[in-house]
Parts: sequence; structure tokens; C-alpha cells
Amino acid sequence: MNKINGEIYMQNKEQKELLVRLGEAQNKFGYLSEKVMIELAESLDMSISDVYGVATFYSFFSIRPQGRNIIRICKSVPCFLKNSQVIIETVEKEIGIKPGETTPNGKFSFHLTNCIGVCDKAPAMMINSEVYIDLTPNKISQILKAHK
Amino acid sequence: MAQQRIVLRNCGVIDPMQISTYLDRDGFKALKKALAGVTQEQIIDEIKLSGLRGRGGAGFPCGLKWELAGKAQVDEKYVICNADEGEIGTFKDRYILERDPFTLIEAMAIAGYAIGAKRGYIYLRAEYHCLLDLLKNAIGQAKEGGFLDQFDIDIREGAGAYICGEESALMDSIEGKRGEVRYRPPFPPSRGLWGKPTIINNVETLMNIPQIIFNGGHWFSQLGTEQSKGTKVFSVSGDVKKPGVYELVLGSRLRELVEGLALAEKVKMVQVGGATGRIIPYEMIDMPLAFESILGAGAIIVFNETRDIIDIVYRVMEFLAEECCGKCTPCREGTEVMVEILERFSRGGGLETDISLLEEVASAMMLSSLCGLGQAAPIPVVNSLQYFRSVYENRIRQN
Ligand SMILES: Cc1cc2nc3c(=O)[nH]c(=O)nc-3n(C[C@H](O)[C@H](O)[C@H](O)COP(=O)(O)O)c2cc1C
Ligand code: FES
Repeated sequence: MNKINGEIYMQNKEQKELLVRLGEAQNKFGYLSEKVMIELAESLDMSISDVYGVATFYSFFSIRPQGRNIIRICKSVPCFLKNSQVIIETVEKEIGIKPGETTPNGKFSFHLTNCIGVCDKAPAMMINSEVYIDLTPNKISQILKAHK
Repeated sequence: MAQQRIVLRNCGVIDPMQISTYLDRDGFKALKKALAGVTQEQIIDEIKLSGLRGRGGAGFPCGLKWELAGKAQVDEKYVICNADEGEIGTFKDRYILERDPFTLIEAMAIAGYAIGAKRGYIYLRAEYHCLLDLLKNAIGQAKEGGFLDQFDIDIREGAGAYICGEESALMDSIEGKRGEVRYRPPFPPSRGLWGKPTIINNVETLMNIPQIIFNGGHWFSQLGTEQSKGTKVFSVSGDVKKPGVYELVLGSRLRELVEGLALAEKVKMVQVGGATGRIIPYEMIDMPLAFESILGAGAIIVFNETRDIIDIVYRVMEFLAEECCGKCTPCREGTEVMVEILERFSRGGGLETDISLLEEVASAMMLSSLCGLGQAAPIPVVNSLQYFRSVYENRIRQN
């Protein structure tokens, strides 16, 4: 029982490792395959559907294969005011895909995301866990070239 | 009113990788003072006396929260630092963590002693992964220095979900679940993480604690307004010449921040408090920044005369619809309906009935949503209808 119910509060203590373990698997394999989720469910004594439910709730987890580098461009209002649209279009042109897609060579996946907490240096984006600020179309080409 | 550095007093002054530079600035003296002969009740009384209120948006009295958790007769209790900072236009917590992780650690240790908790968590948003090593280093140095002998701090990383900044969703997330909002009561101080008494505080709230213990609650309560004591750290972005982080005594005017410090020109409106924050037209720019008037988590997004109000409100609502956790119906359905209507307006359309529909949905959401997201989501829409109604009406007429 994972619910608060009167005086009873019981929780599978193993479950607290789930987010950490999902994060590790995501980093290692680039996504959370069915196989990984089944293994995690077994080792943490949880149902597969619970693991799936958690894996699909968080935007940094993916249940489909992703490119080696994940680009996340901020689309929130402060970045929008600093022309994030131009940055989004530049990336689309440079790598030839739309948000939500992965390049055929598996090098990049590309997503739009919400505020990444550097609005004073907008427009901004992340590639993997690296943050890039004060972006211009020129900077974009250089940054993308530096990724293998 | 003016700028004053309490929360940011060490930012840019100390080396965040070197605890010695923190010790040179009276670091850990408040903790020592607390541990040497001050009772748990005295600490909580001092915090209550200070008048400190939560800086994460809701403004709940900090001392009261601690008192509730402190009184609970349970062995296992927890302290959580909310470093999820997902609010649009907010970056002050990142700024603080980057420059002064030690004050936060000291504050958490004081909190642990005050309520009788032996373990704390820092819930760090996934987008701030680059701060992980810095925080781990700071915790490690504090441990080596013997400052964390009775209190352990762990870092838990989020995985990309705005709603996990909401305290009950955050606790579910630490427990390894989907970050969905809980029904309350019970509230965290009586039953929080794993059902145990828990206090959860924003980064900035905690940053005030060592100074309050060091200088006394009375000192702190001399600053600010009747109901808003101390300072607030603001994140200013948008159409300004100098975006960035500013700390001002509470009660300072919005104008002082936006025009005086951030050097904005030709301001049309300001959104205060992030996605669910109020939209203030330029005519009202002399409002004081305080819990009594406008504050939230201190996100200040400035818009100049070239900006279209509906465009902005539409984007904000799109964000809220996307980040709604889906648990309660008014929020899940209400945000979707609003997106649909606002999209129509932003494309130059708008139906005769749309304005009253927006208002109707807004009041239902405010009344019946489960958490602050749904309750506050209609605020920008309501404000835009209040102050810029003719823009909506013109679109309908043109249609
Ligand atoms: C949708 C939503 C998102 C929130 N996000 C944050 C956040 O990112 N950081 C934060 O400190 N508080 C956030 N809060 C407020 C927390 O629920 C809680 O009030 C706060 O962490 C309590 O700490 P404080 O009293 O020190 O402010 C959020 C609330 C809601 C409803
Ligand atoms: S809005 Fe883009 S980083 Fe905050």
C-alpha cells in the first residue's frame, strides 16, 4: 500500500531508489527500454506498470532511443522575449530535424523545454547537462560542431 | 527602501569550493551558537520573532512550520530544501547555490537541530545537474570540518517536472513516485516524507536562518513591512538593460527594481511571481513588493510597449497546461480550455462568448483545484481581462 490511509502509512522502501536507478539507466543506455524497466521492477519489487508510470512522468526520462546528444531549447516567456524562436529555427536548419525528433545518424535529439533558470542570459539551451547562454545563430553552429 | 544583502551577503565574496573562506565570514557560528546551550524551542521562538515567511511563493510563516514539526513526538523527521526552482523567470536559487552553498548547509543543520531531524535532503532540479559536484563538495567539506556530526544531508535530483516544486509532489518524487500532488491534510509538518514529520523550505528561506540566529529575530523583524520582514531576492528578466539578481528590503517599490536597478524603458507591464503571477500594468508600477501586495517567488518579467498581452498570456497558459500533473479535473481540463480560447485570440480570432467563458472557467479553477498550480493558473488571464480588456474586445469585434 503506497497511500496514506488513516494511521497506516506503508511504503515499499525499495521504491525510493527508483528515480535514482532510472536516472542511472537513462545515462547509461540513453533511454529506458522495456527490458530495463522490467529488470528494475523485479529488483525493486514493484509492478512494471508502476515503473512505467514513473518513467513516463518525467521529461528527462525517455522510453524511446535518443540521440547521443540531447538538445533542449528553452521556449518559456523570458527566452521568447529574447528571440528564442530564431535559435529554434537555426537548430532545426543545422541538424535538419524538428522538435521531438532524432537525426538519422543518431547524433542529436532535439526537444523544446521550459525555463532552465538562466533567464537573465536568454536565450538559452541545454545539450545533455551542459547549459549554453546568450545564444546567437553564430554561436549555435560552433556549439553543435563541438559535439560528436 | 533599498538594496541590502542578507541572503546574498557571501555571494561573490567567498569561494564556493573552499569552506575556509566561509569560516572567515563567521560561517557556522550560528550553528555553534545553536548547539551550545540554546534549546530547540528557543531557536524556533527566534525564527517566529523574526517574522520570516517562506520565499518559495506561498509565504507561510517559517517559525510556525518548524514549531509544528518540532512538537511531533516521533523519532524520524526530515528537513527538505526545495531547490527545484522551476518557476518561469526564476533563477535566484541557482545564483545562490552557485555562490554560497555553505550558508544553506548551515541553515539545514540548524533546522535539523531545531525540529529534531537527523537527515535532510536537497531536491535539486535536473536542469541544475551542473551544480551537483559543487554541492557535494560543500557537504563533504562541512562533514570534514565536523559541522554535520549530528545531521546528514543527501542530494536528490529531479528528472524534469515543474510540479515537483510543489511540496507534496516533491516528496512523492523523493519517494520514487510520479510527482503528483497529495490531498491535504495531513500537512508535511505532521506527515510528510515517508509519512514522517517534515519541514520543507525554499533555498532562499533557509539562507536567512543563520543570520537570524546570529543577530537575533528582533534584528530581522526591524526590516521590511508589517507582514513582510527582511529582504527578498528578485530574478529580473525580459525587456530590461540589466537583467539579473537583486536583493531588496521588502516593501521596496516595483519601480525601483524595474526602472531604477534593471534599467527598463517604455514598460508596458510586468509579471510578478512567474507563470501564475499577477500582471501589473505600468500605471501600477509604484506598488510595494511585499506579501501584502505582490511578491510570489520574486520572478519579475518585464514587457515593453511592443509586446502583445494576449500572446504572452497564451504562452504562459500553454506552459501551465503542459505542467499540470493531471490529478484534479478543474486544473487538467481548465488549463486546456483556456489554451484553446487564448490560442483563438492570439490568431486574431475570438468569439463573443469567449470572455465570459474564460471568467467562468477561471473562477471554477480558483475555487476547486487541488494545489497552487490550478488555483493560481487563471491569475494572469484574469489580470489581462482586468487591465487590457479592450484588446480582447477588439479582436472579437474584428472577427
Ligand atoms: C506548482 C507549484 C510549484 C512550486 N514550485 C516551487 C519551487 O520550484 N521552489 C520552491 O521553493 N517552492 C515551490 N513551490 C512552493 C512549495 O509548494 C512550498 O510552498 C515551498 O517549498 C515551501 O517553502 P517556503 O515556505 O520556504 O517557501 C511550488 C508550489 C506550486 C503550487
Ligand atoms: S525562460 Fe529560458 S531560461 Fe528561463
